[in-house]
Amino acid sequence: MTTAASGSASSNSSANWCAAERARVPALSSAPTPATASSAEVSAIASPSLAVSFDRVEKRFGTLFALRGITLDVQPGEFVGLLGPNGAGKTTLLRVAALLSMPTRGRVRFTAGSRSAGARESGDGIPAGSAKKMVGMVAHNPLLYDDLTAAENLTLFAQLYGLDDPAAGVARGLESCGLADRANGIVRTFSRGMRQRLALARALLHRPCLLLLDEPGTGLDRQAVNWLGQTLARLRSEGCTMIMSTHARSESLELATRAVLLSGGRLAEDTRGADPRPLFDRLRSEN
Amino acid sequence: MSTMRAASLVLGKELRLELRTRELLGATLVFALVVIVMFSYAFDPTPAESRRYGPGLLWIAFLFAGSLMLHPSFAREHAGGTLDALRLAPISSFAILLGKMAANFIFLAAAEVILVPIFAVLYNVPLAGVLCRLILVLALGTLGLVTAGTVFAAISAHSRMRELMLPLLLLPVLAPLLVAAVQATRALLADPPSLDQAWIVFLVAFDVIFMTASWLVCDFLLEE
Repeated sequence: MTTAASGSASSNSSANWCAAERARVPALSSAPTPATASSAEVSAIASPSLAVSFDRVEKRFGTLFALRGITLDVQPGEFVGLLGPNGAGKTTLLRVAALLSMPTRGRVRFTAGSRSAGARESGDGIPAGSAKKMVGMVAHNPLLYDDLTAAENLTLFAQLYGLDDPAAGVARGLESCGLADRANGIVRTFSRGMRQRLALARALLHRPCLLLLDEPGTGLDRQAVNWLGQTLARLRSEGCTMIMSTHARSESLELATRAVLLSGGRLAEDTRGADPRPLFDRLRSEN
Repeated sequence: MSTMRAASLVLGKELRLELRTRELLGATLVFALVVIVMFSYAFDPTPAESRRYGPGLLWIAFLFAGSLMLHPSFAREHAGGTLDALRLAPISSFAILLGKMAANFIFLAAAEVILVPIFAVLYNVPLAGVLCRLILVLALGTLGLVTAGTVFAAISAHSRMRELMLPLLLLPVLAPLLVAAVQATRALLADPPSLDQAWIVFLVAFDVIFMTASWLVCDFLLEE
């Protein structure tokens, strides 16, 4: 078995590179822009991002195969819609990418880069320990402590991610998810939509270059779905690589640049380099 | 981030949660108290019998109370999915385990601070002359209990019958620790009292072995 993301000598420099380059983005976006491109588009293609490659990844739980030989290259800045019926392996693939689950076989490799330059490094890529600093995940479950306040939850994770100024990061996170006025509210008292907004704020605290989303829109009301769509659009414009598992009717899929269909743990279809919308339309008509 | 810094953050979170909910300490304390009081009325021991059987009763009460307290340590994280949130962070698995061990040690030690004086009164056992040595024995025994217990709480949290699984896994493993802690406590309560160094060394060895083992297997323990 080959484990996830092993190898390269430039571990810390890669992790720091992501944060440092992100900080440089405003300067890039304020540079003179070509007449044919908007400033947001320019910043998107120049922004730091993370590529992730799955190389014949297999995951077994006892005798059950959750993933069977998945080979997939997700380029920096791509927004991949991960589709498939229940039990297709979407969540398992995301958990493997988040380094929460080790593949039984195969390997996952992370590579720093940007949408314009593509993958920057070669060889074994970024080691798992450093890759964790650049990866964020929003699961179906909000992954928050119900008996802590919104601010306490964010503060804990800001400190665990080693943010230079956790208090500022928390204030920014609460502001961005619209919960600044509920900072001292116990999460147990929050609605599903509020929890999911806070979950996204938690996942974005450390400004990840790769965001993994596992059905983030489930159970959200119209207002929360709109907020989620706006947030994902902003992240896409900033060049963040995203892989989102969802159902074909999800409105957030309109932002996807690529669609991947899983079936029975296998990669059934991949629209790499082509418009993903025909696949979404086909799946919608089948449902 | 260093392992100790990450473990201290996890410990702080555990303490904050317990202060807010008071779920673990309250239930554990009441349970252990009931055990000690019931044994006291059931046996009505003489001072000589108290010195002989009291340490066993005391450590059995700690053991049952510990297994009751240790179960939610990971079960709550598992139910809320928050263990995934901790594992997503760029910290070592051992830091998570260490933070939880420290929290469990504090909770059980806090229960012992209340229970030991009550035990001394109910069983008519004078502790004044041996208090410092008794604290050493209690600390070593409690450390072994929570180190092994936290490891098995992490294992049993993944199983379907997790409430039953923890005592089934934990109690046989803790049998050597129980024997050593009881013998060391009994030597302290004897007339004249003494610190049995052989059992102290055994307790230290148990703690070191389980702490090392938990460090070696922590990545596998926390994975699904």
